[in-house]
Order: sequence, then C-alpha cells, then structure tokens
Amino acid sequence: MKTIRIIPRLDIKGPNLVKGIHLEGLRVLGKPADFAKYYYENGADELIFMDVVASLYERNSLHDIISETAKQKFIPITVGGGLRTISDIKEVLRVGADKVCLNTAVIKDPELIRKASRKFGSSTIVVAIEAIKEENGKYLAYTDNGREYTGVDVFEWAQKVDELGAGEIVITSVDREGTGQGFDLDLISKISKLVSIPVIAHGGAGKKQDVVDLIKQDSANAVMISSLFHYHFIKENESKVSSKEGNVEFLKQKRNFHTFEPCSIADLKSTLVDNKIECRI
Amino acid sequence: MLEKRKKVVIIDYQLGNLFSVKQACDTVGMDAKLSSSKEDILNADALVLPGVGAFMEAMNNLQILDLIEAIKNKVNNGTPIFGICLGLQLLFSKSEEFGSGSGLDLIPGIIKKFPDHIKDRKIKVPHITWNQVYKFNNYWQETALKELKDFEFMYFIHSYYVKPDNDSCILTNTNYDGIEFCSSVIKDNIFATQFHPEKSADKGISIYKNWALTNNLI
Repeated sequence: MKTIRIIPRLDIKGPNLVKGIHLEGLRVLGKPADFAKYYYENGADELIFMDVVASLYERNSLHDIISETAKQKFIPITVGGGLRTISDIKEVLRVGADKVCLNTAVIKDPELIRKASRKFGSSTIVVAIEAIKEENGKYLAYTDNGREYTGVDVFEWAQKVDELGAGEIVITSVDREGTGQGFDLDLISKISKLVSIPVIAHGGAGKKQDVVDLIKQDSANAVMISSLFHYHFIKENESKVSSKEGNVEFLKQKRNFHTFEPCSIADLKSTLVDNKIECRI
Repeated sequence: MLEKRKKVVIIDYQLGNLFSVKQACDTVGMDAKLSSSKEDILNADALVLPGVGAFMEAMNNLQILDLIEAIKNKVNNGTPIFGICLGLQLLFSKSEEFGSGSGLDLIPGIIKKFPDHIKDRKIKVPHITWNQVYKFNNYWQETALKELKDFEFMYFIHSYYVKPDNDSCILTNTNYDGIEFCSSVIKDNIFATQFHPEKSADKGISIYKNWALTNNLI
C-alpha cells in the first residue's frame, strides 16, 4: 500500500505562527502550540516547523517549541530553518525533532547532504527545494524563502540531492505558495519521475480538490499544507487567534480567504478516501 | 516495604533521536534511562534497543562501546528486549550487504534492502509513511500489540527490512507498494517492531504500555 501523508506546515517567527504569500509578507496568526495540538488531534500524519526568519540571521529559535511539541505529540516532527552544520542538526534532533529540513546550507555546500545522511541516516535528512519558474520556462532553485537567487536548475539539483543521500525532497512552488491556485502539477510530476526518494509537494493548495488532483497524477508521496488548514483553524477558534502582536488586521477582515476553501485535516482525508486515495484515518 | 521499581535501559549507541523513545517510556510510567554503559545494561531488568540510521554504523558503535556481548548475554538469559526499527534489524544474524555474523545474531534471518523498482515500476525508497500492520500469527492478543486492530496504521521510516529464516517469529506483516515484509517479531523474551510506536500516536503508545505490562515493568 502507498499511503499519502498529510503534513501541516507551521511557519514560525519568534514565538508566533506566521503565514505569507509566495513565502513573503508574513502575518501573525497565533501561537504555534495551539495549532500543533489541533492538527495532532485532527489526524496530522506529521508536523513540520519552519523557522522562517532563521536563515536571515543564521540562528534557530525553535528549540522550546520543538521540545514542548515532542513531549506530548507522538507523531514525526521535522524542523527546518537556519540549520547550517552537523552540530546544528544534532542539536535539533536532541531536543526532539525526528527529521531536519535543509535548503540554504546544502545549496552552498551540497556535501553536507552526504555527511549528514551518513551520520544521522538518510531518512533523517529532508531537502527543501524552493522553485521559481523563470520567464523562459526554466525552474530555478532559490533560498531564504524565495528571496535569494542561486542560478541552480531545479531538476538537476533534485537529482543531485537524491544521489547525495537525502531521504526525501520537499518541492515548493514559490509561485503558487500562499495563493490557493492549486499545485504546480508539471513541476511536481517531473521531479518525482527524476528521483528515487519520496517527494513532498508544497505550495498552492486552495481547496480539497487541488489535493485530489495532485494525488491522482501519482507523483507526490506526501502533501505539505499551511493556509488551507490555518484558515480553517482560525474560523473554528477565533478566540485563539493573535490579537496583540503583528499584522492581524487582515485576519479580522478575512479578505484573504476568498481564494481558499479552508478545511480540516479530517475533512480533507475523508475526501481523499472518497476518491479512493489511501490515507490513514 | 516498597517494591523496587524495575529498571529499563534504553541503549544509547549514539545514533539518532532517542527523545521520543524516552518520552514514550516515561508516559506509560516506566523507570527508563538512556545509557551507553555496559554496567547499566548488565543491571537492567529490561532493554530497549532503538535505532535510526545505518546498520554498520550502529554495529560499529556497539562494538566500540563494548556492548555486544553484554546485550547478547542478557537476552539469552531471558531479559526482555524491545527493538525498534533499526533496533529490530540489529537483532538478526546476517545482512545482504554485509554478510553473515554482522548483526547481534539473536534471531536467524537476513536484512534486505527494498528494491528501487519492480519491473518497470519505480519503488520510492525509503519507505516513509503510515502503513497497515496485519496479523501473521494468532497470538497477537497475548502480545504488546493487543490494543491494535488488525490493519492498524503505524509509522514507518526505513530502507531495509528483515526476512526471518523461520516464520514462527513473525507477528505482523506489512505491504509497501506490492512488497510484503515482516513488520514485527516475537521470540521468547524478544519483541521488536519495524515501525516506530513512539511516532504512531495513541495506538503506538499502547504498545509501550502493553510491553511494560506483559513484562511486569510497571
């Protein structure tokens, strides 16, 4: 059986859960722990925490959030953002992460993939690829939440990541991320055909049918989702939404919701099952 | 007089994340500690052999820490042991990659890698997902799996699997994309799972609890 994993993605800035569009323009949504608890109880297959500003300042401020989560939530936890070295990886694993997600550091030093997967096991090392489609149709890999140009071809890079021993690839379509316009099916399908390891699709889910369409093309092994679930959580739990910190005006206006049809993880899974897609419920 | 609490040692051979294994043991009330010390292992009432990472690196670390004979002696003398993921594979006798005598040799059988394709169809390796475990032997109800229903979902993350020489130790099987493999074993005082119970939500934690109960550890 090939079971599809549904992975809520929690972007973290300092103590807050945030969400952007095209990975930028971050807005505060609330406390990570509230969202993590809800997703765990709602049937999340894994959780991923990304420290979205860590790369800029070369630091990782997630440790407390990881430990607290790992003490109570017995599902796999992946952590990314600002991890540069073997000792950075060791540290987040020590505080409770099961896997690490690397991007900037491995584009600068691809050998880090080999070293880290030898040391911690391939299955511990997830490589994130942030893809932007250029005007000429080429996909290039970016780092630092789609800000930094690298000139690296996404497809060549994916193959190299596989060869160097990573356990999984997260492919993010930066163009689609936060927009709710659906996944970039061509991008994900092409990556999946090129590599021998599981592929996690990210960026663009706006409604349940987008996920069904993605899985039906038989390319992604897992789906990473944030807006769709976050906006549902907010609708269900208005009292828990941050009202003090950051840019929350948009939440009150709810104007950003119109491209999304928010749903819970359980809703999404039951739709998948109706479409004969195997998942854990 | 208070009964002395049973001591559980989680064998730390310095690979991978043991945080959640310890957390799961604590959650069900075991008196468990992480240790790399031979003395602790020899004094333990029960052992947990966890594991993430590479087989040979794990065996090398056990060798350097001088724990191999200690573990084997304890298990051969009846101490309960719970192997998880790579910890299950280490219990076996030989590996397709590294030859015979490469494991702890407590259960006869071989460790194999998942094929990367079957005919023209590509198989994604590692096998990373929640997958179903189903009964192979009928004494399920007497084991740590007793709260699981047949075809319960558990979390897997591995590239290798075991093929025991003798079917009688197979407790459950699992099917990954057409490949059926052994997902848990039981043999006398040895119990081991290819999946990660500590990553398999409440049902997974029930396995820790029931293992502890069947061995009078809590």
